Amino acid sequence: MAKFKGIIEVDIARCKGCNLCAVACPFDLIQLSHQVNHNGYNYAVQVDATRCTGCSSCGIMCPDGCITVYRTKE
Amino acid sequence: MDEKIIKSPENIVYQKPRLMNDNTMHYCPGCGHSIVHKLVAEIIDEMQMQDQTIGVCPVGCAVFAYRYLDIDWIEAPHGRAPSCASATKRLWPNHLVFTYQGDGDLACIGTGETIHALNRGENITIIFINNAIYGMTGGQMAPTTLMGMKTSTCPYGRQADLHGFPLKISDIAATLEGTCYVTRQAVNTVGNIARTKKAIRQAFENSLQGRGSSLVEIVSTCSAGWKMSPEQSNKWLAENMLPYYPLGDLKKL
Repeated sequence: MAKFKGIIEVDIARCKGCNLCAVACPFDLIQLSHQVNHNGYNYAVQVDATRCTGCSSCGIMCPDGCITVYRTKE
Repeated sequence: MDEKIIKSPENIVYQKPRLMNDNTMHYCPGCGHSIVHKLVAEIIDEMQMQDQTIGVCPVGCAVFAYRYLDIDWIEAPHGRAPSCASATKRLWPNHLVFTYQGDGDLACIGTGETIHALNRGENITIIFINNAIYGMTGGQMAPTTLMGMKTSTCPYGRQADLHGFPLKISDIAATLEGTCYVTRQAVNTVGNIARTKKAIRQAFENSLQGRGSSLVEIVSTCSAGWKMSPEQSNKWLAENMLPYYPLGDLKKL
């Protein structure tokens, strides 16, 4: 069976650190960074890209459209 | 597989909608408004109606909606968006005309305009964001505030003898002859967002085909007004808002 491999890219400058993407991720691969962006928000980062399947849940949930999701077959 | 190979444009499965511009939105973190903005941008792009869409902004949190979506907008006086949209649709019958209103705008000051526009069967779509509070002005009680819910103008909770009961605008709209599609959706989970997108698309198609008015009520969060984190707000919405405002189609012709 073909396995999907995904990765996300977060627009750090737009991210407001609402944490909704982390809640939406079915594999809990997203966390808020300890560092802040220029607005003072703890932005989202993908901590473990190896298990991401590119399901786009985080992107659909993100209110500010910060997340770009890439997906390919392994 | 190498990260750089995956991150190529042909592998993109989700990105910021093309019609949404790069201005950072003024909404609070985790606001439901931004999710609905994104859906509207995606749908208009999918329908290829960018040049033939006119949106009507309300007064409220979504007052600056014209800054974020790359379509034509009108800014209406408080509560008068359905009247503006009615006139616009009559002057531009081939255009997709929709209003985007919150509960303070639509269910309080604009109740008369809303009900009469829906009752006339104007071929417009009304997107109604119901977050049970006045978000922009600092969390005052709205007509849709739930019983017992604390806001800055009812600090001991909403009481029936003092403040009356929460208003179910969609249930009223479903009884009107002019409406063709009345639905209530939410944006608290990924599944609900997908259903909301389908509902807005259906409503837009109805208004283009001249079937009558459509009302899409979207139960949404106001984490700043409710004084919760975005995550807690979504849970609170599912536990408290949805029993009183059940999701689903109230009328579909």
